[in-house]
Amino acid sequence: MSYPNNLKYTKDHEWIKLEGNIATIGITDFAQRELGDIVYVDINTVGKALNAEEVFGTVEAVKTVSDLFLPVAGTIKEVNSALEKQPELVNNDPYNEGWMVKMEVSNPADVDQLMTAEAYEQMVG
Amino acid sequence: MKNTPFTQKHIALGAKMAAFAGYNMPISYTGINDEHATVRKNAGVFDVSHMGEFMLKGENALDLIQRVTTNDASKIKQGQAQYSCFTNENGGIVDDLIVYCIEENKVYMLVVNASNIENDWNWVSKHNTKNVEMHNISDKTCLLAIQGPNATKILQPLTEIDILNLKYYTFVKGTFARVDNVLISATGYTGSGGVEIYFEDVDGNADKIWDKIFEVGTPQGLKPIGLAARDTLRLEMGYCLYGNDIDDTTSPLEGGLGWITKLNKATHFTAKEILEKQKAEGIKRKLVGFEMIDRGIPRHDYIIKDAAGNEIGKVTSGTQSPSLNKAIGLGYVTLENAGLDTEIFIDIRNTPVKARVVKFPFV
Repeated sequence: MSYPNNLKYTKDHEWIKLEGNIATIGITDFAQRELGDIVYVDINTVGKALNAEEVFGTVEAVKTVSDLFLPVAGTIKEVNSALEKQPELVNNDPYNEGWMVKMEVSNPADVDQLMTAEAYEQMVG
Repeated sequence: MKNTPFTQKHIALGAKMAAFAGYNMPISYTGINDEHATVRKNAGVFDVSHMGEFMLKGENALDLIQRVTTNDASKIKQGQAQYSCFTNENGGIVDDLIVYCIEENKVYMLVVNASNIENDWNWVSKHNTKNVEMHNISDKTCLLAIQGPNATKILQPLTEIDILNLKYYTFVKGTFARVDNVLISATGYTGSGGVEIYFEDVDGNADKIWDKIFEVGTPQGLKPIGLAARDTLRLEMGYCLYGNDIDDTTSPLEGGLGWITKLNKATHFTAKEILEKQKAEGIKRKLVGFEMIDRGIPRHDYIIKDAAGNEIGKVTSGTQSPSLNKAIGLGYVTLENAGLDTEIFIDIRNTPVKARVVKFPFV
């Protein structure tokens, strides 16, 4: 399993990539493997301002369902529309084509507080 | 946590492992959808060695089985198997099982769910008032299920027994992959055909058989399959899973198991009167199959409502069906809502999502 160094990670198994004050968010390779084949991603929070660790959507896999937690506070700007027809992108390419939302981050410094790839990899062991 | 004789093989194959009924079991290898399709279209191997096996011997063995199970075990002859269930004193289900007639009136094997081995053993022992010789051979018995339309064709070169023509719910004991005393049974939990093979874990038998199966099977696309796909496969067929769809509070009549409840068999069995009364008066709730009309996946314990928002039951099993590419489930609903095509609503994260009662098997 891979955990790119240019991303930050949360204990809830999301990754975040910050560019300016816009962040891209998805779930980690570990998370997609734990969930198994993903059936759809349900996100109805575009335009909403949410706090860190608030639920911004759910992901339904064949066997299980899981909430998606926002890594840092901010406003959801966009959902990856490709997932509507190809939810398997989350399984096959979790860090690129399988991204879930883009958000405007309230305080970009919050991202620094999250786990590095190394710390996350240690956590999931 | 216990291992099966194949646990190290699963780990070496990169399976996602998890605890199931106290055993370290493979949940999936390549992914549920891929494994599911492999079994539906070709053939796959499940390690289900965690299942429990009891041998019952002696002149009163059949009598004991008849008293604790609902089906009529006097109807099966040597080489035949029968699906059945143990009922408790309230008419609920202690477990569902398969009865194998090894020798008529003398030797029987009961195959029970892993999670219920101890409970079932105690239950049958408690009713063993006529000195039937009982052996719990669960720990030393290996069980592999090789399932799928091509399963028997792939395995046939490994045995002289004609497994291609083995009739459903019959079995033969013989040599398989050069191991003696292998019980080959035309049974399974997938609805895709194939066999289940039981053998003793001695002399490296487990390795020998596993390796032979994959030696002949891998070139033909046979793959190992995990418990996750086992669940989606059985659910598409509408087969009950103990602990989900049936349990000690559901009667076999409510659970759609009337066909294995032989109220007229010669021997009295536990809770027969309760089930007779239920049958005469009619059941109040029923296990039904349903498919989602609107988007959502039903899960165990989700509430089922009618159009007016009244609670009418609960989901017992649910999944996205890999074969149908739609969400399906089983659940108990009140009898008036159990009719085919009845519109029901599954409460998914506080939103009622429309579904429809359908016939099962779903596929």
